[in-house]
Parts: sequence; structure tokens; C-alpha cells
Amino acid sequence: MFRWPCHRSGSAISFLGQGMTDISEATSRGPDIRDAYLAQMRAKRVMNLILLIIFVALLIAGFRTADGRNAGGFWNGLPNILDFPADVIGEAIERAHLMPSYLIEYFPSLIETINIAAASTLLGGIFGLVMSLLTTRGLAPVTWLVGPLRRVLDILRAIPEIVIALILIYLLGGGPVPAMIAIALHTVGALGKLFSEVNENASLKPVEGLASGGANWTQRMWLGVVPQVAPNYLSYALLRFEINIRASAILGFVGAGGIGYDLRNTMSWGQGKFDEAAAIFVLLFLTIVVVDQLSSALRNRLTHGARISEAHP
Amino acid sequence: MTSATLQQSAVRNFGRKRIMAFAMPAVIAAYFVYIFVAFDIAGLSERVNVSNAATLVSDVYSYKTHVTQDNRDGTVKIAIEGERKGAYPQGTGPDWVTFAEQTVIDLGGGHVVTFGDRVTYDVPGYGTISAQPGAGGVNAMFPPGDMPDYISTSKNRLMVVTDAGRFTVTRNRTEVFKYTLGWELFFFTLDSPYHGMGPAALVSAAFSGEAGAIWSDFWTNRMWRHSEVAWAIVETILMAFLGTFGAAIIALPLGFLAAKNFTPLGGLRFAARRVFDFLRGVDGLIWTIILSRAFGPGPLTGALAILLTDTGSFGKMFSEALENVDEKQIEGVASTGAKPLQRYRFGVIPQITPVLLSQILYYFESNTRSATIIGAITGGGIGLFLTQAIITQKDWEEVTYYIVLIVLMVMAMDTLSGWLRRKLIKSDEGGH
Repeated sequence: MFRWPCHRSGSAISFLGQGMTDISEATSRGPDIRDAYLAQMRAKRVMNLILLIIFVALLIAGFRTADGRNAGGFWNGLPNILDFPADVIGEAIERAHLMPSYLIEYFPSLIETINIAAASTLLGGIFGLVMSLLTTRGLAPVTWLVGPLRRVLDILRAIPEIVIALILIYLLGGGPVPAMIAIALHTVGALGKLFSEVNENASLKPVEGLASGGANWTQRMWLGVVPQVAPNYLSYALLRFEINIRASAILGFVGAGGIGYDLRNTMSWGQGKFDEAAAIFVLLFLTIVVVDQLSSALRNRLTHGARISEAHP
Repeated sequence: MTSATLQQSAVRNFGRKRIMAFAMPAVIAAYFVYIFVAFDIAGLSERVNVSNAATLVSDVYSYKTHVTQDNRDGTVKIAIEGERKGAYPQGTGPDWVTFAEQTVIDLGGGHVVTFGDRVTYDVPGYGTISAQPGAGGVNAMFPPGDMPDYISTSKNRLMVVTDAGRFTVTRNRTEVFKYTLGWELFFFTLDSPYHGMGPAALVSAAFSGEAGAIWSDFWTNRMWRHSEVAWAIVETILMAFLGTFGAAIIALPLGFLAAKNFTPLGGLRFAARRVFDFLRGVDGLIWTIILSRAFGPGPLTGALAILLTDTGSFGKMFSEALENVDEKQIEGVASTGAKPLQRYRFGVIPQITPVLLSQILYYFESNTRSATIIGAITGGGIGLFLTQAIITQKDWEEVTYYIVLIVLMVMAMDTLSGWLRRKLIKSDEGGH
């Protein structure tokens, strides 16, 4: 797959960025070290090639296995891939005059989806903040709790939202609350870990200063640590908000309210309601794109702003 | 700047900070109040299904055995979870059921149910409840005195729910549920000779040449379907693997197209970037729906959905990484007379490999989770098993088992990708 150019001179090898010292030694101490080095390089290349072959073989075998276990095969399905989008777009164009009314009709569901994402990001951020302070070595008030609480975060991160959402739907009935709780729990796990990594880089001087003034743990954290890390926190939380909007749409699809739920209803209706499905697709697509753009602009400003305040302390 | 103006600006800043310190929590609190109303959280207490919660919790750590008498012909069936797959052979049962002239079920703690034409239930501290199901209804009779609230009765139905179990009589059937700790059929079903053997007996049987039979009885367990579950896990990991690495392979050349320093043509760059935005914006959910229409349910559909979404994400990240490469290394390579392809291979790829690999592996582990979710929507892998078990609303022990497996799978993938990252990226900073 790759052609490996042959290197005869030391200068040609030096740009590999590896073994430069070996080469300079090689030129001064005779050709045997150079030969050894080249042999080593060759061995490494053979190793890389073998790894590459294994990887490609795994990929092909994996594809064939997945293809075999799928209900419809890849090659059979490929010609049909545009059928469904064509149906949807066809119906949407046919009844284009209804499109604005659909957009208005499904707007409240969209708001619900966004609300689920926003509320769960906020809840997850608040609890994630507390968890992160409890799991950062050096900041945690109870040192022996650091390990167990980190495991708790790992488990919260590992459980997919859909699991908790489906169980809560069984207990609480459909609606936005199960989705909100499920996404919030996952967010606590994800943000707790990221926040705690940020905390590790926070300067301890303000904390020590506050401690010398007799501040308790909450005051030390709230006034000494949080102001230092707030821009990073916000940036991660915004990124999480983007992810949570997608998650909230997916959870709606399994019965937790919002625009995903409407999407499933129109989809299971089938032909005749594809124009409504198209309207929902449009709403969802626009929301995701707009939120992505807004949040990335905001995040850029946050990190940029942080740099300025560093330059002018 | 005089100290006066400095002081003024400092005071102004403090003032703004103080307002922010109160405004932010106030805004958040106001938003939560709005959510409280919009999501009708006050009405949640009415919607909570407490009995569902109780079934769920007790089902997680215990199993129930149904003992059922057909009141018309007097036959008694005993089945774990009431399923055919868990039925005891006719005339046998657990040791708390005695078959004599009448079937006597000892529910423990003095609670005894006797079957027959006339069924009785001795409740300690209350007395004997009896019923004679027939044409005129269940004809229940109770000890004198107030009726406790754990008994509900009507002409055609009698139900007693105690800590020891549940006793139901209708005209056609008498049914007793007994809850027992554990997952009885997890290793072997009742038709296997190894059911009920202790670990020591099993080990000695395995050493006397029955290891294959023991394994096959476990692996083909019809109640817990271990082999199918294992395949489902493999399918889920496969979806994540194919999706992530397929996306990476497609996104790498496209990333060059979208990077400012490699594609001088603005139009091409713009097009590549819009493709990435589109792929990411459409989102996995919609891709899954579209693809499952063409390819049907299964792991391939999930893999392709992940592949499409992540091609967008990777394309964007790769092009950003490519825009940040150090030009000096490329110039160095070029000065040795390297052709463009060699310049990319030796001047660019070594620079971006650690960043890209670390991102790809990070996506791989998070896609294991996504593959579970996509599997639940499109019908493939462990996600499908999970939704099926949840939909039955009674196999909560299986739900628990799948959740444990999913958590272990995700954690194993976390560990694996972390290990690979450290192994492949030897620089000390690349591993984050």
C-alpha cells in the first residue's frame, strides 16, 4: 500500500525525526552502527506493514461479518439507498405549501427537545462540578472518597442514556422527564471527568490564600478554584450541550417526548406523512447546525478571552 | 493612567462581578422554574408507577416460580418465571412443593398453600383462607374478623399478596408465585443434568470428561441465551470498529481537501467543509433511519450510520489538525528533493499521527456506547436485546444482566483504547 523510499544518506533519514543522534554517532563511529540502525528501521517497517495488513484484514472480515448478519445485504441495499430520501423529498415538494404550517406545528416539540438538552446539561454541569471537586486529588475534602467517586463517574459515563431512559419511561411514563434524568446522569459522568482534569491544572495559590483567611472548603472552591476554571468549564459544557441535543432527539425516538417522538410517529405512519417527516428533519438539521455554530463561536471566544486575561494579569 | 481612574475601573469591575454573581444563579433558577412547569414535574408523583418499581426491583435480584393448578382438571404445572422454557417436568418441582394426594406448597415462615378442589392458604397470625372455585365463582371464605388490606376479593377473583408470595384464584386457575433470591437458570436450564450441581461437583464432572457437555449446556441455555448475547456484544463492538475506522480512512484524504494550506482552490475547500457540516448535522439518528430503510436492521446499518456521522466529525478535526502542522518540517523534506506524496508521508503524516490516532481511539470508545443506542433503534447488537427485554416489562433480571455487560464492555473498550493510545503515541503529551 505504501511505498517506502530507500534512504542512502544520513540527511535523508534525519527528516524522519527519529534516531537522529544514532546517525550522527554512526558517521563518527563507523558503518556498523549505521547498519544496525538501518536493520532496526527495516524491522520496524516490516512490523508496521504486518500491523497494517492485520488491520485491513480485520476491517474486511468485520465488514463481511456485519454484512452477513444484516437483514438486507450491503450490495442488495445499495441501489435502494436513495429510495427513502427520494420519497421524503418527493412528498415534501408535492405538498410544499403545507411546509410552513408543519414547521410551526412541530416547533413546540423542538423546544421541548432543546429544553431537555439544556436542563440536563445544566443539571449535569452543576453536579459534575461538585463531583469534579470531590474527585480531584489535592482539592478533595475526603481523600479516601476520590477513588470510589471516580468509579461512580466511570459507571455513569459507561451506561448509555437509552438504558436509563427506557427504564424510567417504564416507571414514570413517557414525557421529557425520563430523558432529562437519563441525559443528566450521563452528563455528570462525562463533565465530572473533564472538569476534574481542568481542576488539576488550577493554581493552588488562591486556595491557600483563602485557607489562610479561614475560609471553609466550599468557600475555597467557589472563590479560589471555580473562577480560574470557569471558562474551560463553560467551553466543555457547551460542547456537551451540542451532544445532548442529539441525544435528546434520539431518546424522543424511543418514547421520551420532544421532536424525536413526533419523528417516530410520522415515520411509522409511512407514506402520506413523509412530508411531515421532512419538516422534522429540516427542523432537527437546522437546530443541530445552528447550535454547533453558536457554541463553537462561543467556545472560541471563551478560550480566546482566557488567553487575553493571561497576557494582562 | 492615574490611580484614581484605575480605582474607578476596579470598582466598576467589582460591581459588574457582583451583579453577575447574583444574576447567573438567578437566571439558572428561573430556567429551572420554567422547566418545572413545562415538564409538569409537580404532576410526576401521580404518574410514578410504584407497583412497577416494586416489580422491577424485586425482579432484579430474585426470580419467581409459578405453581399453577388448572381448576377444571386439577393438573399442576410448575415453571420458573411462568415460562415454558423454565418449566419443571410433570410431577417434579422444587423441594418446597410436596406432591401427595394434594399438592402442598410451603411458602416459608408458616405460609402454606394446599391445592385441590378446595384450595386453602394458611396465613400465620390471620387464619386459613379457602376457596372452592367452580361455576358460581371462586366462593372464597375468610376467618372471622376484619379483612386485612393485602386481600382483594370479588365474585370471580381472589388475590392475596403477602411477603411470602402471591396467591391468586380465579374460576379456571389457582396460581401461587414464590420469590426466591438469585437467578436460578442463569447457568443451566432445568432440562440440563447439571442444573442444581454445586461448583465442586461441576469441576469434578468437568475433569471426568464432561467439560464439553457442561460448556454446551451453559452456552445454549435457552433462558439466558449466552451464545446469542455474546454475539450481540461482538456485533456492537464491530459496529463501532467498522464505523470509526472506516470513517477515519475516508476522512483523511477529505481532510486534506478541506485544509487551507493543502488546497489552494477555495471552491473545493468550501465544498469539502460543507460536506462535513452536512454529514455531522444530519446526525446519527436520521442516518440510521435512512440506512435501515435500505439495508434493513442489523450491524451493517449501524456501522454505516456511525461511519457517515463520524466522517463529518473526523473530516473537520483532521482538517483543523492539518492546518496546524509545522511548515518547517515539510520544507525540510522538500529540500531533500522529495516529491509531493513523499512530502506528505514524511513531512505531514508523522506530525499529525499522534493527534489523529488519539482522536480516533477516543471516538472508538465513545462509539461503543453509540453503537448500543443505534442498535436499540435499528435492531442489532446488544441494544436490541436490551430494548426487547425492557419491552416485555418483566424480564428485569435480563435487563440487569445486559446493563452489566454493556458497562463492562464500555469500560473494557475504554481501557483498551487508553492502552493503545499510550502504546502508539509515545510522546508524553499525546495521550490526553
